[in-house]
Amino acid sequence: MGEGLSQNANGSLIQTAYFPRRDGSRIPYEIYTSPAIYRLEQERIFHGPVWSFVALEAELPRPFDYKSTFVGDTPVVVTRAEDGQFAAWVNRCAHRGAIVCRHARGNARTHICVYHQWSYDPRGNLRGVPFRNGVNRRAGMPADFDPVHNGLEKLRLETYGQLIFATFSDAAPPLYDYLGPQMRPGLERLARKPMAYLGCVRQYARANWKLYSENVRDPYHASLLHAFFSTFNLIRAGMRFDSVGSDDGLHTWLRYFHTEDTSGGAAYKSAQVSSFKEGLRLEDTSVLEPSREFADGMSPHIQSIFPQAVVTQIQNSLAIRQILPKGPDHFELIFHFFGYEDDPPDLRMKRIKQANLVGPAGLISMEDTLATELVRGGTAGGINPCGIVDMGLEASREDADRSDVSESHIRDFWRGYQKLMGL
Amino acid sequence: MDAVLAEMLLWFELYRLQENYIDVIDSDRLEAWPELFTADGVYEILPKENVDLGLEIGIMHCFGRPMMRDRIVSLRKANLYEPHTYRHLTSGLTYTRLDSDTIAMQSNYVVVQTLTDGESRLYQAGRYYDRVIRTDEGWRYQHKRAVYDTSRVQTLLVTPV
Repeated sequence: MGEGLSQNANGSLIQTAYFPRRDGSRIPYEIYTSPAIYRLEQERIFHGPVWSFVALEAELPRPFDYKSTFVGDTPVVVTRAEDGQFAAWVNRCAHRGAIVCRHARGNARTHICVYHQWSYDPRGNLRGVPFRNGVNRRAGMPADFDPVHNGLEKLRLETYGQLIFATFSDAAPPLYDYLGPQMRPGLERLARKPMAYLGCVRQYARANWKLYSENVRDPYHASLLHAFFSTFNLIRAGMRFDSVGSDDGLHTWLRYFHTEDTSGGAAYKSAQVSSFKEGLRLEDTSVLEPSREFADGMSPHIQSIFPQAVVTQIQNSLAIRQILPKGPDHFELIFHFFGYEDDPPDLRMKRIKQANLVGPAGLISMEDTLATELVRGGTAGGINPCGIVDMGLEASREDADRSDVSESHIRDFWRGYQKLMGL
Repeated sequence: MDAVLAEMLLWFELYRLQENYIDVIDSDRLEAWPELFTADGVYEILPKENVDLGLEIGIMHCFGRPMMRDRIVSLRKANLYEPHTYRHLTSGLTYTRLDSDTIAMQSNYVVVQTLTDGESRLYQAGRYYDRVIRTDEGWRYQHKRAVYDTSRVQTLLVTPV
């Protein structure tokens, strides 16, 4: 297609966005604001050949448990059937399109649309149509109406590392291959034992979902935006760090390893980084201190599985963040916290205490949504300007992957995004 | 009659504790906020969604005054956020005596937040579940749990509710 033009599902040409470079280093701001782009993303990404994180297995421990969620902005229900297998279907009655399941979570053998009482089993199969044969044998459904072909729209569903993913697309590769050799070890690292679901918290931002997707692939900002990271040496530039991306550029795993900084943050002081607070002390440091449970010493572990999951471990706080787009200008972020079934009480307490670090009131992460909203504010109404993503542009792949200030994974994200979107 | 007066006095003291609590937050005297708790007091903010399921994760968990003071130091010096004011509205204060010096207290709260754009938005609606005890300094929170109905936190939460 030409500059900034795309063809939508109806075959019409629509104005979208033009990337002036193919290397992902120039981001046209309308990519964050355009309603046409948003619609195209729902079609080509969220209903395209990707796997979207929808739930932890541990959220649905019993047969008939269910959870309402979204794939992109399409409402989806994830269930556990009688035999323990998971299923997912669009939360839209096959009859007139009403929401069938009106609860966030629960346990139900049947799901009944309140509008006309059509009922479905946990797999989304149509089980009942009131007055199907009419009243007094008059005015029922046509004789050839077949319930088998009138169930709820089903999604493909696969699990890996106790995480449940769903896709609308027959073209999506098996989840195992979608995650690939670069991402699977990260999920395996956090899934060595049966997980226990500890609860979720939700945050809402006035910004485009991709701004958050960039944020979690961006080590450059971590110790600059978040004073807590640098001040308490949870993350400092120069600490042992590496990262890996998937071949398609869409997934990224950032890995930090605690490193003593004998200089006391000299690099931040000499660069006069204003977010570095030299005199800041905590009275109760237990919120920062890890209980050693991972032998590799990694913390944080920040792993983005495109398009809507971020798998995180920060000290003993474990969570899967789900990014849900809500129109071009809003997204919801849901932090699903987990521990393990065999957590001793003191470790479970540690996880609750360290929940203070992340989430909407997270001491180290609350600024992320602020940053996305600032970009949204600054880019509103702009005509053709671009963001610059040049850090590490001339570095070798190996150097970029080991640099905690490189923006290479953001560029990779945009290259993968452009390919999926046909932009 | 004495019993009625004693009840009125108790209600007045509990109500005044809550009014002091709201005043230190809404007037941005946050350094005084931990002082309304006992030294080992617990302050938590949790979504109703989790509490209803018996799940323990919330967005803020302070165990003891030191953690509360750390929250305020972090708010003053480390965290970045848009300047804002809170206005608390509370209603429906009820209480139950657990013993002569311990009260379980509940009330509804609404926080209206005003950001720099000057718009005032309903930021959070919820319910306080408090356990307060009589100390030499007066009634203090031993445990205060703010359970919010509002499912999503808009942008971020840095100031206690």
